[in-house]
Amino acid sequence: MKTHSEAAEIFNKDFDRTTWHDETLYFVRQKRDKAAFQINDWELLRETASKIKNNVLSNMHNYLVQFEENALRNGIKVHWAADALEHNEIVYGIISEYYKGDIPADTFKGMVKSKSMLTEECHMNEFLKEKGIEVIDTDLGERIVQLAEEPPSHIVMPCIHWKKEEIGELFHKHLGTEKGNKDPQYLTEAARQHLRDKFLTRPIALTGVNFVVAETGEFVVCTNEGNADMGAHLADVHIASMGFEKIIPQKKHLGVFLRLLARSATGQPITTYSSHFKKPRDGQQMHIVIVDNGRSTQLGREDFRNSLKCIRCAACFNTCPVYRRSGGHSYHNAVAGPIGSILAPNLDMRANADLPFASTLCGSCSNVCPVKIDIHQQLYKWRQVLVQEGYTPASKTLAMKGMSTVLSNPGVFKFSGKVGRMLMDKLPFLVNNSMNPWYKQREMPEPPEESFRDWYKKNREK
Amino acid sequence: MEKGFRGEVKFNMSSRDNILSKIKQNQPDLLPLPNLSVLGGEQFDLVEKFTEILEGIGGKVIQVAHNDEIKKYIAANYPPNARVISTLSEFSENKDWQLADPHTLKDADFLIIKGQFAVAENGAIWLTETEMGQRVAPFITQYLAIIIDKSTILPTMHQAYEHIGSVDYGFGVFLAGPSKTADIEQSLVLGAHGARGLVVFLV
Repeated sequence: MKTHSEAAEIFNKDFDRTTWHDETLYFVRQKRDKAAFQINDWELLRETASKIKNNVLSNMHNYLVQFEENALRNGIKVHWAADALEHNEIVYGIISEYYKGDIPADTFKGMVKSKSMLTEECHMNEFLKEKGIEVIDTDLGERIVQLAEEPPSHIVMPCIHWKKEEIGELFHKHLGTEKGNKDPQYLTEAARQHLRDKFLTRPIALTGVNFVVAETGEFVVCTNEGNADMGAHLADVHIASMGFEKIIPQKKHLGVFLRLLARSATGQPITTYSSHFKKPRDGQQMHIVIVDNGRSTQLGREDFRNSLKCIRCAACFNTCPVYRRSGGHSYHNAVAGPIGSILAPNLDMRANADLPFASTLCGSCSNVCPVKIDIHQQLYKWRQVLVQEGYTPASKTLAMKGMSTVLSNPGVFKFSGKVGRMLMDKLPFLVNNSMNPWYKQREMPEPPEESFRDWYKKNREK
Repeated sequence: MEKGFRGEVKFNMSSRDNILSKIKQNQPDLLPLPNLSVLGGEQFDLVEKFTEILEGIGGKVIQVAHNDEIKKYIAANYPPNARVISTLSEFSENKDWQLADPHTLKDADFLIIKGQFAVAENGAIWLTETEMGQRVAPFITQYLAIIIDKSTILPTMHQAYEHIGSVDYGFGVFLAGPSKTADIEQSLVLGAHGARGLVVFLV
């Protein structure tokens, strides 16, 4: 697997495309600003949301027990999964039970799925495919990346890295649209027809979850396309998968989160559909799978537990200068961007040790976060943990140790500065070459004639 | 297969207890919930704001004095052979669709229903399955019309949830505008999977 910086280097080879990606995302960030500035109480809303989530983290156990009790009373079946595999096995078990253990071999047995980053985290599609069950992603962006056999590159806009010409080509190949037609209206209509047929023929629908209310035992799913509702209301079985941190105490708290979510995500005042599922319809089965998969461990890490407050709006992605110029796939994790970089090391420190370094620590992520997660501070703290635990590459540790020797020893510092200035002046090719990462896409500065120390010595008397 | 599934359910019970006990052990000391009563004090003309926001997200708002104007709108926009369904007797006598298999609504062209109330700040309308006739109806229909009594428009989501209170329902939705997507290069397209168009009649 490539590290973030290796993958980002490949992404950056196409300069114009990188610029296009950067600008497209910043445009979404600006829409967020415009929507936020229209609400006088925006900062108060963020502060309130943050406090609600702090309360949730501190009372998680009781809220989950309360939710379970109410959901059962509402006729929803509740399942608990310790990890990704158990989640996938539970989903498979529900499908298997629906078919009474005799899953038919035809293509109509499958499942329609609306956006669920959790099922990406659990690699559920691959798991079910191996068992012979086809999962059809129904969010337009997710369907596009699924047809292209790629994971989403962004949690709200899954195919933000695709150009319309390429989508036209992909649809021509898979959906039989006219060759060369790249009109978004035409392509969306083709996907509507294609997926309507799936909604009408698949008996099982899986959705993600945005919020789960302990007080009432209901769950809320937000979409713009209406795919979660088309799937769930036509299917015989509705399965909803949730990370346990999606819980909120009372229904009235939805007012706070629904005001923040879409404005932070895309600059819309609210998503088109905010669907509140409380009871199955007559004759329908409704299941909810509550997943841990490392979250309870994260809850115990004092420095990092705030990452569980996330409502998955992706505002931190859209504002991040590193995400915008490296693309979601460089993060090799279901959730990319700044928030993904503080969630991923909890799942696997070794595999994700590079991600907390994929940041300039500029703090823009923390400034736009609707629930006030201290994202950039956690990135910084993860770096310390990863170095201490020995998960960072030897070259980085060595360089840091060298730096530490130089900076903590004035004599060595003075000498190194002199050598550096001399080399940059007399032998510039030693630093102006591709071995030096600071030289990439930049010119090295002219070396100063003297150090500040020398200048100060000469001038202090004046 | 059945056996395996039962086995998983059993395994599942212990996962529940393990997860909950780990959470109990790892969660921080109790912090209080904030006060929500300080929120939602925005002042604006409710009808004006609702109209501006809903039209901004692709909906159409028509002020009408009488149901006859709605009937005229339907007659002018839908041919006699279009499948028009409604929960309201004024627009359609037939109520069988409400009890039919939801898949049979796949050819519905136009659904007209009455919303419980609306929210000015975001153009959302609250509907429960009682108003919908069938859960899938407002999503599967090609075009949707909702009648809203002007006096039921509330300023923000805070008043909206206060208004809903503890009333029970099986399914409810805040619906704001027609179905849409911008997944292809951020170009806004109406009519992704749900209704292609929404018209709100304000009475």
